[in-house]
Amino acid sequence: MLAALTVLLVYQLVGEIAVVAFRLPVPGPVVGMALLFVSLMIRGSVPDDLRDTAQGLLRHLSLLFVPAGVGVMAHLNRLTDEWLPISVSLVFSTLLTIAVTAIVMRALLARRLKGQ
Amino acid sequence: MAPPLAELWVYLSATPLLFLTLTLLVYQGAYLIYRRAGFHPLLNPVAISVALLVALLSLTDTPYESYFGGAQFVHFLLGPATVALAVPLYAQLGKLKHAFWPICGALLAGAVTALVSAVGIAWALGASDLTLLSIAPKSVTTPIAMGIVERLGGLPSLTAVLVVCTGIIGAVGAKYVLDALRIADQSVRGFALGTAAHGIGTARAFQESDEAGAFSGLAMGLCGLVTAVLFPLGVWIVRALP
Repeated sequence: MLAALTVLLVYQLVGEIAVVAFRLPVPGPVVGMALLFVSLMIRGSVPDDLRDTAQGLLRHLSLLFVPAGVGVMAHLNRLTDEWLPISVSLVFSTLLTIAVTAIVMRALLARRLKGQ
Repeated sequence: MAPPLAELWVYLSATPLLFLTLTLLVYQGAYLIYRRAGFHPLLNPVAISVALLVALLSLTDTPYESYFGGAQFVHFLLGPATVALAVPLYAQLGKLKHAFWPICGALLAGAVTALVSAVGIAWALGASDLTLLSIAPKSVTTPIAMGIVERLGGLPSLTAVLVVCTGIIGAVGAKYVLDALRIADQSVRGFALGTAAHGIGTARAFQESDEAGAFSGLAMGLCGLVTAVLFPLGVWIVRALP
């Protein structure tokens, strides 16, 4: 687990360095994810240790958002002042995005099956 | 003689231990409720944890900064967890190659819908400019969204809150939207969740199946990439308009 956690941190670090060095518009961890993905493709398999650690981390992915979520208390003024536009926008935009993404992907997958 | 409670509180709240432990305890309690209820989407563990913690901190007059001093160790793990998404993604390599173009199309449609509808609705209902800037990347995972907003002069901490709210809304509502649309394909369900509701959506997608989770994680990463490019471009265009 220690080795795998180190691997994850090293990829994140390399990602952060790449972002600064090449002035990329994306955050370091995302670059790290892309690099790890490419490395796994080259290697052709996932080490057991890495698989277990990744599963362990991702099983409780929700937990990692809790500290940022509690930040709601620091913005109560703005949120109560603008509660209507914020809440309507969040709810409708999120549900609309789910629907649009799913409909487009289903349609494109169906078209591909027909083409084959 | 035991020290008075207030003194003990002052001592404990100055170390990271208290709020770190509290975060883990509250989350596990919320998760237990979620599990007991058969993972019912309405009992989202993030929503319950945040509500409980905010109530606790308000009752004890604890400022958010003191809380975050301890909770930042949990927050930090978002980075390695994002990197770790490469692992389930790699497991879906075969499906990924097969669905490459549908994924690109759905991603672009979803990312643009998320951006335009969030800003459009908030603008139509009279939100301030700062709020508009901070709400735009709401469907993108926290570290990416905060990074983008910070560079454009918005409020990163407000964005983090809006991103988490979005994730909760997506995780709670996705099942109903997708069932209503009769979407059965696990890869499509997962991809839609990850595009709209990032990591919290992905956690929910893993509840449905490993395949949904992997595609959700993929969508979360890609949507972050696309938004990180599209959004600054959009802001640049809007600001260039007379």
